Amino acid sequence: MVKIRTFDIANRLGIHARVAAKLVETANRFQADIFLEKDGVEVNGRSILGILTLFCPRGSRLTIRAEGADAEEAMEAFARLIAEKFGEA
Amino acid sequence: MGEDDLKETTVMKGIGVSPGVVIGKAYLFDRRDAQVPLYKLNDPSLIAGEIRRFRKALRESEKQLIELKNQLSDLGGGMQPLYIIDIHIMILRDRKFIDRTIRNIREMSVNAEWAVRMTIDKYREIFDRMEDDYLRGRISDIQYAGQRIITNLGEKNLTVVEMGEGFIIIATDLSPADTAQMKIDRVLGFATDMGGKTSHTAIVARSLEIPAVLGLENITRSVQTNDDIIIDGSAGVVIVRPDPEVSKRYEEKKRLYEEAQDDLLDYAKLPAVTKDSYSVEIGGNIEFIEEIPSAIAHGADGIGLYRTEFIYINRKQLPDEEDHLANYRSVVGVEGLSWSTIRTFDLGGDKFFPNAQTSRELNPQMGLRGIRFCLKEVELFKVQLRAILRASDRGKLRIMFPMISGIEEILEAKRIFYEVKNELLKRGVAVGNDIEIGVMIEVPSAVIVAEELAKEVDFFSIGTNDLIQYVLAIDRINERVTYLYEPLHPAVLSLIKQVVDIGHKAGIRVAMCGEMAGDPTYTMILLGLELDELSMNPLAIPRVKKIVRGSTLKESKTLLNKVMTLSSSSEIRALVEATMQKRFPEEFQVNGQ
Repeated sequence: MVKIRTFDIANRLGIHARVAAKLVETANRFQADIFLEKDGVEVNGRSILGILTLFCPRGSRLTIRAEGADAEEAMEAFARLIAEKFGEA
Repeated sequence: MGEDDLKETTVMKGIGVSPGVVIGKAYLFDRRDAQVPLYKLNDPSLIAGEIRRFRKALRESEKQLIELKNQLSDLGGGMQPLYIIDIHIMILRDRKFIDRTIRNIREMSVNAEWAVRMTIDKYREIFDRMEDDYLRGRISDIQYAGQRIITNLGEKNLTVVEMGEGFIIIATDLSPADTAQMKIDRVLGFATDMGGKTSHTAIVARSLEIPAVLGLENITRSVQTNDDIIIDGSAGVVIVRPDPEVSKRYEEKKRLYEEAQDDLLDYAKLPAVTKDSYSVEIGGNIEFIEEIPSAIAHGADGIGLYRTEFIYINRKQLPDEEDHLANYRSVVGVEGLSWSTIRTFDLGGDKFFPNAQTSRELNPQMGLRGIRFCLKEVELFKVQLRAILRASDRGKLRIMFPMISGIEEILEAKRIFYEVKNELLKRGVAVGNDIEIGVMIEVPSAVIVAEELAKEVDFFSIGTNDLIQYVLAIDRINERVTYLYEPLHPAVLSLIKQVVDIGHKAGIRVAMCGEMAGDPTYTMILLGLELDELSMNPLAIPRVKKIVRGSTLKESKTLLNKVMTLSSSSEIRALVEATMQKRFPEEFQVNGQ
């Protein structure tokens, strides 16, 4: 199963180290392969440095692709995390 | 850097990330990070072993961080360092990071330490391109993680910092793991080569409420453990091996900073006007352009004293006109400041020629300094004057000459000033046409001939620190006579009154820029004297404004008149202090109450 969704990053500081860590933690909870894409650049969702080098300040559009049996659950988890602005302002 | 350089006063400017002033001893925190060894693996068979060595160091680093995290969570306390350690663990596990490093070892045939260093540099390159300060600052996490691997590739374990009394930590950069190893309650401040407002050192400093200046670039190479050092986190300035005069000023600044309460800051933006509508202008005394934002924030209407000495010291060569100009352009015409008063060089020749055989003066306070020195070294003086003139098209500028003791000196200084001005005009250089010229009134003879001086200048600025020491014959650095230093000495008050009266009679402005101007104990007395401007350490402004706004000119005059009838300093002090305590009980609490 492949799930693809695009999100707007709305928290004030964008995807900084702590937020990237939360994305990696989330990716690690699922079997599915996770890929993050911004402006045509795609990185592995389990690589904190990959995510940081995507460079996503507030207002960035981030596309997440989940591939695998639990892709749907994984995508829901990401959607929640981003909707909650990663628990920040 | 030679031995001698390490004894010189050095001023460094960085990014002030946590406000406040601290004076103490430096402790150089050395993580050996500048010394990453590089060697080539000449035999391809060595590559596999080098990769194993790297993986071992990775595991070791991860283990240490997990242990550290457990220790910290057992201690309870703030959660912030914990998540940072998690991030570092994640970096150590990052496939990209590991693969890149292994590729460096393989393709470049270099040792593991250097391969990690190359990986860090690669990420630095990527992060440097980011436009967002905060995100760009995250390179520090990669550096910390990488540094730990490099350290584990070496033989020794991380140093645990043992500190005695309390130290100011000097480092290239600090990670939470580094600070976790310090007895943090003994740390008085931080100064680092790298870092910015969002780096971990900044976060730690702000949470501990200790001053920190980061991004100093090469502080670790300019300081040795145990050096005296001042950190001004509000201005982003670090002074290494300060001379006693500077230390004294910063002691005062530190005291004021600690006293300053948030509620007092409410007074900063209000005008200094008495209840019966008498207004006095408030200036800020500064010595670095970095202090200007703080001066404005604390309520300075203008800069009443810009000390230019630091432009000269702390450098290998004499400053040229452009060096001066760069400073003056940052002082003049700044939004939020109505005027800026630049004081010309006010030290002795030893600051110009540190290595020349200028004979040491036995009593430099009364030696060849200030305007005396400038009139002897006219070419040097002209460089400064030219730069001041060139900055004058930017906004309201006042220039003042220090140590004037008689009419010849001001005439000669003015002659040179106009000579330089005319040269510039001839060359078509834009020069402000309303520059005011003034003199510091600090030598007692200047008070006596003030009527003559007033004919030659647009303003007086009374330098009480020197005036008091000269008129009472007290060497300010001789502790055995400091008890005689008394701004309320009737002779001092009478001299100040003479200066104000003579100045006003001649129709010129009279300012005061000595420490007396910023001490709220004297505010009503100074109001009564009707000074036009009080210029002080910016941190002192809010409290002085509070006093001004709570007083009337009428009661201040009554107090002054009464004081002028008393014959001893002790009677005057008793009356002034009692009056201030009665009028402003909150500001002048008696000890023990």
